[in-house]
Amino acid sequence: MKYEMVAGLETHVELSTKTKIFCGCTTQFGSEPNTHCCPICIGLPGTLPKLNKTAVDYAILAGLATNCKINSISKMDRKNYVYPDLSKAYQVSQYDKPLCYGGYITLSNGRTIRITRIHIEEDAGKLVHERGDTYVDYNRAGVPLIEIVTEPDIRSVDEVREYVEKLQLIMKYIGISDCKMQEGSLRCDVNISVRPQGSETLGTRTEIKNMNSFTFMEKAIRYEFERQVDLVENGEKIIQETRRFDESQGITESMRSKEDAHDYRYFREPDLVTIITSQQEVSRLEGLLPELPDAKLSRYIEVYALSPKDAVLLTKYRRVAQFFDRAVDGIANPKFAVNLILGQIFSRLPSDSDKENFDIKVSPENFHELLMLLDSGKIRMNLAKTVLDSMLDTGGKAEELISEEDLAGLEESALQEVCQKIIDENPAAVSDYLSGKEKAVKSLVGGVMKATKGRADAAAAQEVLIKLMKN
Amino acid sequence: MAISPSKKEVSFKMSIKKLHSMLLSKEFSCKELTQAYLDAVQRENSHINAYIKATPETALSAAKKVDEKLARGEELLPLEGIPMTLKDNISTKDIETTCCSNILKGYIPIYDATVWQILQKQNAVLLGKTNMDEFAMGSSCETSCFGGAKNPHNISHVAGGSSGGAAAAVAGNLAVYGLGSDTGGSIRQPASFCGIVGMKPTYGTVSRYGLIAYASSLDQIGPIASCVEDAALVYDAIAQYDPMDSTSQGKKAPVSGNLGQSLKGKKIGVPREYFDGVRKEVSFALQQALKVYESLGVQMVYFDLPVLKYALPVYYILACAEASSNLGRYDGIRYGYKTQHYNGIHEMICKTRSEGFGAEVKRRILLGNYVLSSGYYDAYYKKAQNLRGSIIQAFKNAFAQCDVILSPTVPMTAFKEGFSSQDQVETYLTDICTVPVNIAGLPAISIPCGFDGSGLPIGMQLIGDTFCEETILNAAYCFEQETKTETLKQVPMGVRL
Repeated sequence: MKYEMVAGLETHVELSTKTKIFCGCTTQFGSEPNTHCCPICIGLPGTLPKLNKTAVDYAILAGLATNCKINSISKMDRKNYVYPDLSKAYQVSQYDKPLCYGGYITLSNGRTIRITRIHIEEDAGKLVHERGDTYVDYNRAGVPLIEIVTEPDIRSVDEVREYVEKLQLIMKYIGISDCKMQEGSLRCDVNISVRPQGSETLGTRTEIKNMNSFTFMEKAIRYEFERQVDLVENGEKIIQETRRFDESQGITESMRSKEDAHDYRYFREPDLVTIITSQQEVSRLEGLLPELPDAKLSRYIEVYALSPKDAVLLTKYRRVAQFFDRAVDGIANPKFAVNLILGQIFSRLPSDSDKENFDIKVSPENFHELLMLLDSGKIRMNLAKTVLDSMLDTGGKAEELISEEDLAGLEESALQEVCQKIIDENPAAVSDYLSGKEKAVKSLVGGVMKATKGRADAAAAQEVLIKLMKN
Repeated sequence: MAISPSKKEVSFKMSIKKLHSMLLSKEFSCKELTQAYLDAVQRENSHINAYIKATPETALSAAKKVDEKLARGEELLPLEGIPMTLKDNISTKDIETTCCSNILKGYIPIYDATVWQILQKQNAVLLGKTNMDEFAMGSSCETSCFGGAKNPHNISHVAGGSSGGAAAAVAGNLAVYGLGSDTGGSIRQPASFCGIVGMKPTYGTVSRYGLIAYASSLDQIGPIASCVEDAALVYDAIAQYDPMDSTSQGKKAPVSGNLGQSLKGKKIGVPREYFDGVRKEVSFALQQALKVYESLGVQMVYFDLPVLKYALPVYYILACAEASSNLGRYDGIRYGYKTQHYNGIHEMICKTRSEGFGAEVKRRILLGNYVLSSGYYDAYYKKAQNLRGSIIQAFKNAFAQCDVILSPTVPMTAFKEGFSSQDQVETYLTDICTVPVNIAGLPAISIPCGFDGSGLPIGMQLIGDTFCEETILNAAYCFEQETKTETLKQVPMGVRL
């Protein structure tokens, strides 16, 4: 029998607010332990939380960007559990009145993944194990998080990956998180069950906690899917439980069963007031949303007639897309821009994070000038590439790097002269051509381009060369 | 004028205003005044156990600042240079703050509560931290890990609780005023037992930042003083909007200057439920009080508030639920008591809490966890929340008919020592008159209105609508002016001026 995977995701995204969710401490990552702490985030007796308005705004932006509705009346709740990294013995989170609900994300195969809810909460600190001792670092305690929960709409590992990547990209576009899995600013819990293909009922699910890389997440889900299928095939029962992925062995193992599940004793956080979000406020935040990845992608394909492949590459990095959009504004043929970005520029940004950061010396305005020269036919692509290289090296402007001579192009007589010189220097290629190997002319054109440092028009050069050779 | 201890009944206690003017007219220096109190505390505190810690250095350094100001001929703010106390659940930077619990012994806060920041700016003279029931859970002060505070009127009786130390210190002339906290009556009940004035302001008018939480939605800081005007002055000082407390409300205009307005035509509401099961002598004193008000032109409105019969269970469910969460943080990891011998983190936390908390605190944590746990939440916590709404509404309706509601503060006078530990439920029942006020977030004041046969004070409670502190303070002030000589009795101890 064939089995189908049924999965739902809970994704924790760390918000990139400057300060923590309930106090003024910085959210900076990677500092000395316990240096970004205050009486509030270490939960000293008598302290009270003060809700960071920006965190609320960011969560609402996340909701609007994923087609959610916004609860006009929302509240914070306490989730009670004891763990050394949780300084108050409760996490301030949201239980039954999340900020956002009822959204969705559409995958490239057309399937819709429904988003049940998005709520805000505080992160906990973390335990540091050193030489047999355990220490607590509260720097992360109180960093604002949103938790994005989907319905069990996901059917394959590929869909999990695409969903998370899409989510990541949206969050980066709206600028509310850097979503770095390796730094823990994006973490996923997966709820997974199996059922015979075609069945409509849901099987017993297990939850795999805290996966912080795509590789491990995919391995874990594959493993867990196989494990559950095996159990079902052998007529055994799947136990509802929480499992963790053991990275070294590549397997999932039981953490706690349903019977041992925490009773979080949720109740309303009495130290915080109701969060009221007016329609006006929602409209204001809607106005702050940039063009989202999906819209951008279809605009590139439909308006600029880019190939889907190029369009995907451009939209994959927010800064690249922003750069592209600003540079091609008013340019007739954006194709030049695409080629230069994906070619010259990307060759200097080998890694994913290089492209992500897009730290280059060329401003979109200067790039725009270069595109204008191309657009108006004042320079050719070959020269443009050379100039762009110097721009990337020096940060200079296109006009400064192109001489009058370059801009003027080659006089007809000068081109004749160069072509004759190349013919004279390459008798072998000439005889090849004349004996019928038409391709031989290409190497001669290359010679002309080289000799003129790209100033010549390749098509014109070829014409002149053929004329000269046939004479 | 000399400041000396006297065993003889001499005069009424000096009010804050009187002390203020005596400081200004240099009848004594602030240092002399402070030292007199510090000496009295050292000499006599052991009789009543009101203080668990004296803070002479803090007191004298504030006094020095005041004397310097006086020497420069500067004006003084109303509370400047006045010797006072803080309940030991109010966070004081560099001064140990224990909530009278073994689990917080040795805990020295690194920040000041907002109320203490405000008072420090006014050069308040902090004499020390006062005794209380452990984590403010109790009605007799006897759950304190330092032993209970005793009633200055009769030391074989308790001072009340939980702010028993603060009330005993004021009643025993060991402080001019004190700040207490009131979750279910913890300011008003000891004020009633000790024959002084205690006010719980409207929820949100005084910042809770730095008040170590018992039940966050009920806790409120307020003044304990020897007369209504003093309470009003302290209230005016501490009722300030605080951005550090999200439940803080904007400050209203000062009220202490508006006391003594005529009560003619005002209406006092008397809910019959409040007089059920009240001791005879208390009931009698209250009847007399009503007569006093009638003589002042007040009209009495009698009505029923049947929903009040749910107030006690609602209170104990909500307070314990919140407490179980608020007290989860005492795990021995970051501060306070930590068990000596343990095997692993789980055992460390368990043993720390088992050894650190007293029986009453454990009882309430257990109750709280129970009412919040899945399967019981709907039957207890949720139901209590709904009833809280009904109680709020019932008071709202009542205040459509009257300006102030009058009741006993406690159905009886100060318990004998040991009463609370013998019958816990009986003790819970004595909170019947005070807890509805916290549930509804209302302001209420307790003032003395007589004595029982054995000379123990009887307290009367005046409840106002939200933010109507001025109304209840004025009504209390008018009564006090009428009855002063009968309701105030000086105890032969402490500072005499």
